[in-house]
Amino acid sequence: MTALGALIRRDIRIALRIGGGALIGVLFFLTVVVLMPFAVGPDLALLTRLGPAILWLGALLASLLTLDRLFTADHEDGSLDLIIMSRTPLELACAAKALAHWLAAGLPLVIATPVLGLLLNLDATATGAVALTLLAGTPALTFIGMIGAALAVTMSRGGLLLAVLVLPLSIPVLIFGVAASQAAIVGPLPFGAPFSILCALSLVSFVIGPFAAATSLRNGLD
Amino acid sequence: MQLSPRLIGHDVRCVRGGREVFSSLAFEARAGEALAVTGHNGAGKTSLLRLIAGLLLPAGGTIAIEGGEGELTVPEQAHYLGHRDALKPALSVRENLTFWADFLGGGMTRPIPDCLAAVGIAHAIDLPAGYLSAGQRRRLSLARLLAVPRLLWLLDEPTAALDVAGQAMFAGLMREHLAGGGLIVAATHGPLGIDTRELRIGS
Amino acid sequence: MSLIDLANPTRFLALTARLLPWLALVTVVLLGAGLYLSALAPDDYQQGATVKIMFIHVPNAWLSMFVWGVMSIASLGTLVWRHPLADVAAKAAAPIGASFTFLALLTGSLWGRPMWGTYWEWDARLTSVLILFLMYLGLMALWRSVEDPTRAARAAAVLTLVGAINLPIIKFSVDWWNTLHQPASVMRMGGPALDKSFLIPLLVMAIGFSFLFITLHVAAMRNEILRRRVRSLQMMQARAYQGNAPASGATSQIVGAA
Repeated sequence: MTALGALIRRDIRIALRIGGGALIGVLFFLTVVVLMPFAVGPDLALLTRLGPAILWLGALLASLLTLDRLFTADHEDGSLDLIIMSRTPLELACAAKALAHWLAAGLPLVIATPVLGLLLNLDATATGAVALTLLAGTPALTFIGMIGAALAVTMSRGGLLLAVLVLPLSIPVLIFGVAASQAAIVGPLPFGAPFSILCALSLVSFVIGPFAAATSLRNGLD
Repeated sequence: MQLSPRLIGHDVRCVRGGREVFSSLAFEARAGEALAVTGHNGAGKTSLLRLIAGLLLPAGGTIAIEGGEGELTVPEQAHYLGHRDALKPALSVRENLTFWADFLGGGMTRPIPDCLAAVGIAHAIDLPAGYLSAGQRRRLSLARLLAVPRLLWLLDEPTAALDVAGQAMFAGLMREHLAGGGLIVAATHGPLGIDTRELRIGS
Repeated sequence: MSLIDLANPTRFLALTARLLPWLALVTVVLLGAGLYLSALAPDDYQQGATVKIMFIHVPNAWLSMFVWGVMSIASLGTLVWRHPLADVAAKAAAPIGASFTFLALLTGSLWGRPMWGTYWEWDARLTSVLILFLMYLGLMALWRSVEDPTRAARAAAVLTLVGAINLPIIKFSVDWWNTLHQPASVMRMGGPALDKSFLIPLLVMAIGFSFLFITLHVAAMRNEILRRRVRSLQMMQARAYQGNAPASGATSQIVGAA
């Protein structure tokens, strides 16, 4: 546990220091949401209807685009070699890194949601529903995206390719995240059903993500 | 009965990018012994170290430690000091070393200031690692070997970037490690300043 | 004392140490007077007491653009004249400008609440200010992403100047986009025909906020200079002591043997 705690603490520290990208994801999220009205028009009724979808798309892109440095930074400076050699199972180390990344980059997105809800004219219930679904869903995005981040290490060119690889995998999360938010706002479905599936997707990703990422890292060594 | 640990490589074959780097390589090192891997550029010195470290998969043969800590694999009993320093410039010297000590050693470590003093950068303990020179960064990497005890040290050009005093300091650290029953495998072009057995590859 | 002397950071620190208390005093007096006059100003016959938000909102909105102007001049100083204080001035101004912009947004949306019934309306003016806010945040992120301040300064200067050129274009586009969608804006913020009873408190507040900016900017510049000194002292400290012998001929032995 000492080892994993140390890894989480280190990654969060690096993200918050100069050169770390902790809040850039939030800035990106904000920018994407602000761009939407320019494309669809400043009609508040329309924005209210599209609000949950816009917020979910923004959060999806923001959490995936910040992921490409998750392993490449450690690969470039040699830290990844030592992490692979260590007595901590690589799967757990991957999970710890993803958790640290979510705390530094995913959680701020959830916290920023109420402000952005204001821009899209969402009322308190709707904003709360979207924030709750993001809280349940963004960990799934991080843990699925981690697989792409691990593949990016071998490809040596991450970035856009990472997004292309991972975005299709995140479609289920998007579907049930938006569905749960819509259910809370307009119905007719009960909120519980899609929200439970969203939570289930997150839990599954906690298992699949670290194993797939660790396998990819082990086989991508050079 | 406690055997003194031995690192044994048997019939090791390495293939990289479809090209055979070396084959049927056999080597052995006993506790207290240093193995100096020499050879021309491209002979596969780094590849051999990474094979032992478990960072490359051998195309054939076996590498094992006999009489080491039973359940642990070779990489888990080894320190690897590669070309890259595994340091984060944004973190302080203390934070960098504390992280590796906690992550690799899980609490069973030597005090951080002692390790830094041993490699001669105790004065920089609270400065960001990004402010260090190349030689100082290498010293900080060496401090990692001291912070967490490991049987086997795998060193890739360990004296690169070190000044004369640094090389002497490092030779002393290696002698201490060997005297304590440790093993060293070092890829090198120059003298390490300690008694070594040469393993020449790719000639 | 001429401008040349001010260019020297040490002189700058010495001079501003004496100047800063007076600047702070002027700021407090002006803002106090401005607030007092604002409180005395009559209520608007349409908007009631809400109109008094204007006395905070308009100075902040004006400063949000003024600060970008200051940063643009400083950026020119960085790129063209390589003035030692220019990038310090540019860096110190960014968070202050972002704060003024944020306050302009906040007061704007509070002001809009009774008018529109919502806290946010995609009104052309507010939207332009929001984009300006995003650009401030981006600039601050750029400053934060490079550890070496002199290297960050070049990049930030280019971005600031590009922003300065683009801001009118953005403003124009947003106005056009807005009128395309809703022909008449619901509210005119601080129209040109202001009564004298509003104009005087507004002017006093504007001057007071400008002094607030100058005070904060000078203080922030002092902090930035000191921060850079600490940084270079730390780098000197890191290099100062090289184990037990001078660093020389580091790799000659190895190279010779190879």
